[in-house]
Amino acid sequence: MKIHEYQAKEILRRYQVPVPRGEAAFTAEEAFQVAQRLGGSVVVKAQIHAGGRGKGGGVKIAPSAEEAREIASRMLGMKLVTHQTGPEGRIVERLLIEETLPIDRELYLGVVLDRALGKNVFMASKAGGVEIEEVARQTPELILKQAMDPGAGLLGFEARRMAFGMGIPAPVVPAAAAAMMALSTAYEQTDASLAEINPFILTKDGKVCALDAKMNFDDNALYRHPEIVELRDLKEEDPLEVEAGKYSLNYIKLDGSVGCMVNGAGLAMATMDIIKFAGGSPANFLDVGGGASAEQVKNAFRILISDPHVKAVLVNVFGGILRVDSLATGIVDAARALDVKVPIVLRLEGTNVEKGRQILAESGLNFTVANGMREAAEKVVKLAQ
Amino acid sequence: MSVLIDETTRVIVQGFGKQGAFHAEQCIQYGTKIVGGVTPGKGGATQAGLPVFDTVAQAVRELEPTASIVFVPPAGAADAILEAADAGLALVVCITEGIPVRDMVNAWRFLRNSKTRLIGPNCPGIISPGRAKLGIMPGYIHKRGEVGLVSRSGTLTYEAVGQLSALGIGQSTCIGIGGDPIIGTDFVDAIKLFHEDPGTQAIVMIGEIGGSAEEQAAAYIKEHVKKPVVGFVAGQTAPPGRRMGHAGAIISGGSGTAAEKVRAMEKAGIKVAKSPADIGATVRALIY
Repeated sequence: MKIHEYQAKEILRRYQVPVPRGEAAFTAEEAFQVAQRLGGSVVVKAQIHAGGRGKGGGVKIAPSAEEAREIASRMLGMKLVTHQTGPEGRIVERLLIEETLPIDRELYLGVVLDRALGKNVFMASKAGGVEIEEVARQTPELILKQAMDPGAGLLGFEARRMAFGMGIPAPVVPAAAAAMMALSTAYEQTDASLAEINPFILTKDGKVCALDAKMNFDDNALYRHPEIVELRDLKEEDPLEVEAGKYSLNYIKLDGSVGCMVNGAGLAMATMDIIKFAGGSPANFLDVGGGASAEQVKNAFRILISDPHVKAVLVNVFGGILRVDSLATGIVDAARALDVKVPIVLRLEGTNVEKGRQILAESGLNFTVANGMREAAEKVVKLAQ
Repeated sequence: MSVLIDETTRVIVQGFGKQGAFHAEQCIQYGTKIVGGVTPGKGGATQAGLPVFDTVAQAVRELEPTASIVFVPPAGAADAILEAADAGLALVVCITEGIPVRDMVNAWRFLRNSKTRLIGPNCPGIISPGRAKLGIMPGYIHKRGEVGLVSRSGTLTYEAVGQLSALGIGQSTCIGIGGDPIIGTDFVDAIKLFHEDPGTQAIVMIGEIGGSAEEQAAAYIKEHVKKPVVGFVAGQTAPPGRRMGHAGAIISGGSGTAAEKVRAMEKAGIKVAKSPADIGATVRALIY
């Protein structure tokens, strides 16, 4: 799960990571009031779940509270396009109004899981303020890494070693190391899957501060953090994906015309691949789960066909223990109840395959049964044209 | 021959509730020697005609198992794995999907120094066709033989097995290593087992986008493995930055793409099937 910058900064503040003084604003008037409280000169930052906001015009300096109101009124409701939003962009509905700070240097701090090590890794770089992926490609030697022992977090000497390694002046190192350790604690205790401060700044008056902040969380651990669940902003997510999530369906919208319903993530990805090889383009990734119950199938169909780009649907279910006849009954019921108009190609494996096919054939609905994945893909691509 | 399990392996079920019992019965029907189970608070009861204990330690004392299969719900699954390891079981297969990453990071800290081999979590389990199965996969699609199969996904593994069996190509053991970011047995571990198993003549590895486990396996194969290896990578058309179901299946920062993995695998001499429909045919072309 993702949250906004201002929410991430509130969490970090609780863990004693220094962040700029600031507040969220939902209207131009609120922006004005916050700016006044902060002393007039502020930064107005658009809050969307995507990076690259500065380049897209989503971060502006306002020398006075009046100008903050002016900028806020223009920014609220605008469509912000960045390299991470795609061409459709995102509508700005929330702002963060923050004090301006005298920046001396911009650094990078981040915590993420290293799957190969099976440990969380703290990353620090003196090349802050730019995309860390770019730094990793061009100058990987500028990224310092420290694997952390589970439960122990980032240790004092490890933080100091990286702080000195980034060339932080000795008098500032204790504050920088403390902020780094606090970041690692925040990451661990909130079950984050990513915590990033870019840039982490040194100010001209010798302080450190998290000028930006990004936190993502492990969906599987959200049950432990009801306060974080409350921070979810559904407007930042695709409505169909939100709907699918309610039924534990794993749905990701893509831009093709072949709707896919598959059981299992690996088979779902392979199904997308084979549709592409057959000359088509998948409209979505949809994993109904290994079991593919009748209820799941019905909900999945409803979500699939509510995408207007879907011209044909491919159902690829390798049931195994699951009985194909009961699955077929579920599909027929769902297609009838939802009045599905687009052609449906089915590739079903499992016990009672023959009986299942008979149910589909006798339903009188627009079903095409295929043998194997390749035939299914070829048939559905043809029907989607 | 097979690796990890056969018809003599004595197994207990952890999380011996309704779902656990359903799959346990399927395993028993397949020939697996399931000897009992553990559900804290249900000690003394019977499930599927087998004794239930409160702790793994008790079950180990009474039943002398060497392996366990874990169906415990996500919040308690990592703890169940550690309980099995603490009781000295040699093999733990964890089927549970949705375990918090932090729990597995903590568990892995203990497991990496223990003698217990963990398969999974979030996996279909393992099967040595015609001998035993410790998992939720359909037994009937398998055929006893000499191809060792290792995969990150569940139903895609069934797809590959289905193709192999239909072509008359049997399997020594099929290992579903799971789709989570932290797993007990990775490709390299599984391939090493097949490499050392005299009953395995060829290896199939089915990977997917995300991480670098396939690249590491390719490097290992290039260095050590003389047996023919066939590969496939799912997610060749997946968009970057989106998590495709499995927690691990995400292309991030330009790494973990299918193209990179296929390149690394081909460089290591692995015959990579481009289409998921060609996994079986690629094996047949290579070994017959």
